[in-house]
Amino acid sequence: MEFDLANVSPEDRKEVERNVFFGTIDQLKGWARSNSLWPLTFGLACCAIEMMAAGGAHYDLDRFGVLFRTSPRQADVMIVSGTVTKKMGPLLKRLYDQMPEPKWVIAMGSCATAGGPYVKSYSVIKGVDQIVPVDVYIPGCPPNPAALIYGINKLQEKIRYEAKTGKQVTSR
Amino acid sequence: MSENDNREPEGQPEASSSPVASEPTVEPAQVESAQTETAQQEKAQTETAQPEPATTDTQPAAAVPSEPEAPAAQTEAPATQAEAPAAQEEAAAPPPARRVETDEEKAARRKAALEAREAAKAAAAQAAAQAAQAGTDGRAAAKAGDGESSEGEEAPPKPPSPKQPLLDKVTRLLRELVAEDAVEEAYINEANDHLPTLVVKNERWLQAASLFRNHTDLQCSYLRNVSGVDYETYMEVVYYPLNMDSRECYCVKVRADRELPSVGSVTPIWETANWNEREIYDLLGIDFPGHPDLKRIMMPDDWVGHPLRKDYVPLDPEV
Amino acid sequence: MIRTEELLLNVGPQHPSTHGVFRIIVKLDGEVITEATPVMGYLHRGTEKLAENLNFTQIIPYTDRMDYVSAMTNNYVLCHAVEKMMGLEIPERAEFLRLIVMEMQRIASHLVWWGTYLLDIGAISPFLYAFSDRERILGLFNELCGARLTYNYMRVGGVKWDAPEGWIDRVKTLVKDMYNRLDEYHNLVSGNEIFLSRIKGVGQYDAETAINYGLSGANLRCTGVQWDLRKAEPYSLYDRFQFDVPVGKNGDCFDRYQIRMAEIEQSLRILDQALEQFPGDGETMGKVPRVIRPPAGEIYVRIESPRGEIGCHIVSKGKAEPYRLKFRRPSFVNLQILPKLLVGENMTNLVTILGGIDIVLGEVDC
Repeated sequence: MEFDLANVSPEDRKEVERNVFFGTIDQLKGWARSNSLWPLTFGLACCAIEMMAAGGAHYDLDRFGVLFRTSPRQADVMIVSGTVTKKMGPLLKRLYDQMPEPKWVIAMGSCATAGGPYVKSYSVIKGVDQIVPVDVYIPGCPPNPAALIYGINKLQEKIRYEAKTGKQVTSR
Repeated sequence: MSENDNREPEGQPEASSSPVASEPTVEPAQVESAQTETAQQEKAQTETAQPEPATTDTQPAAAVPSEPEAPAAQTEAPATQAEAPAAQEEAAAPPPARRVETDEEKAARRKAALEAREAAKAAAAQAAAQAAQAGTDGRAAAKAGDGESSEGEEAPPKPPSPKQPLLDKVTRLLRELVAEDAVEEAYINEANDHLPTLVVKNERWLQAASLFRNHTDLQCSYLRNVSGVDYETYMEVVYYPLNMDSRECYCVKVRADRELPSVGSVTPIWETANWNEREIYDLLGIDFPGHPDLKRIMMPDDWVGHPLRKDYVPLDPEV
Repeated sequence: MIRTEELLLNVGPQHPSTHGVFRIIVKLDGEVITEATPVMGYLHRGTEKLAENLNFTQIIPYTDRMDYVSAMTNNYVLCHAVEKMMGLEIPERAEFLRLIVMEMQRIASHLVWWGTYLLDIGAISPFLYAFSDRERILGLFNELCGARLTYNYMRVGGVKWDAPEGWIDRVKTLVKDMYNRLDEYHNLVSGNEIFLSRIKGVGQYDAETAINYGLSGANLRCTGVQWDLRKAEPYSLYDRFQFDVPVGKNGDCFDRYQIRMAEIEQSLRILDQALEQFPGDGETMGKVPRVIRPPAGEIYVRIESPRGEIGCHIVSKGKAEPYRLKFRRPSFVNLQILPKLLVGENMTNLVTILGGIDIVLGEVDC
């Protein structure tokens, strides 16, 4: 079958423009990825309870295509929810390495962001960004589930923006 | 969190500068007389009086060298007893039974304390001699130095604590059945519900522990808590055995040398001690010979140092 | 002939049913566990050391983060210890508010346990039920103190915030609804044949073992020992209320399940009475010196948290900061029995037993 693209009638052209979206393949991938973010259940401390609450009936993260996976091999996003101790640090890095590309990291709560109230402690890593690259930081101690949802929305936005423009939002 | 951070530093200097600095200087005359006069009102509104002794008294308390509980409590006990007799006829008998109803009790105790104070002041006035007065004042200060809670509890009864017989019994048992020198100190921790507290000699501790566990009069089958404390000159492990039937709880302390601290493990006696001892070993570096599996529990195995020690220096610089 | 080999299996620290960062190394002979070695400390944050440089009001938020599923009871144990040391009196209204929030917290905490326990065993919907009801309790806490999880609500000498207008009535409605919800839970789960066959007779121990291991809370009561600190050593206002201490007799996971469910009901009973007797007005903060300096001395107080006996051991030298602060954490002590229970059990029972103990890793590691 042959398509004569030069001689499309104006009516047909209108019809096509209404129903067909044009974009790059990257954009398509970004769209698909951003709507099926599967986080790794990486509950560390208090924030994990709020993460669970966000997954529960009231806040219902499933609406956004966010389904918690228990294995790093099946996950796209690592939500680091809680204090990362020096004992946990190497394991966190290892789990991150086990995740397939493309992958993103959300630092949930002030402990994961910068040590939080435990910043002066002898056993706590002052921010998870010292071990793995972080895409979204969510402040709060612990952040409200709504804040977590907002953070996830921000990550979706970022994924789509990067796919569209080809520019990095942060320097990784 | 942030709110506290903001509030506290402001409050601190103010409070420490104004009341503490001013009052000790005028104490003999002003505080004493003021209190006798206002005694009646105080009874009515005891609440207002409360902060006063508490704030003034932190000064002497802070000045007490480094041994907190034992010597302080003991030296002050005679002092208060000396004051008390006058009050005793009136204050008479807060029942030495178990203390449950805190509200009434506290009121009663405070009342008794006030009366005792009044009586002491009356005596001082009678004597009317400067030296004597200075003496009582000193005592009053010492008494108050322990804070108003123990002050309230101590003043009235002659047999100072309802738990005294219990303490005596344990001390006697330990001395008879373990060794004459097993008990180094024995006193009642009044603030803590009159908890009988013993300091047991390190070498005798294992025998003493099995006595606590097995003796028919004690039968402390439940070990509530094990804590380790670094007192900078020595280490201390604090045990809280409990008899669940009679609900008698004890506090047993075992002291160890600071350089190479070592306390016999009670894990064979109470399983509870297992991880608690591991934690103390990890964080304070106290060795527990006889423990089945003594290794670090909280920190990674290759960690250097014992973080809860007072002289511990963290490896990474402070943020 | 079948040749069997010993298999060393590592579970955790990132494992969905370890409730956090708990790690356990098990040796398996086929499906049967022959040895289990728990490894902890992945969430050890050094709270006790940090506390030595903070004054008592500043330590309260750290207690929130210790047992983050039951922050109110942790708040209470610290405040209670300091108050006892200083001999402070707490206004009645404040004490009532404390008691009410503690009992609500107990319910919320047991709900989390119930939801996640069933999630571990393989039922997903109870989790959704439990969290939607817990959400209501958190909403009420949010109204009271502006936080959903880490409340920082209590202070030495009272509570920070008074109950807002109509709050007590809303709690009353909640309590009424919760009775019905509890029936629903029982209908949903408690009679389920699969569930029962998974938890009955699993992880059994007797009273003597429980006492020897220093267990507390439901883990102790499931063996028939009637030991609840609210009754045994009444603190706060618990001696004013009528409630029962549910006990089991077999000491298995099923009894623990039953006891926790019954405890929710008893908490509702306490709440009923407390809300009825709640004083109409009054102070929420006692007379407290501006800088809290407990007198030199030592104290150990304990209260009944949803997980068992939580204790606070303070050594004070008369300063605004504690010289040494040690928490007796029920999860930490209760967990000790795990290796013993696992030996000889099927691998699938690991999750059942571990969940039945009800641990919170923030508390285990402190």
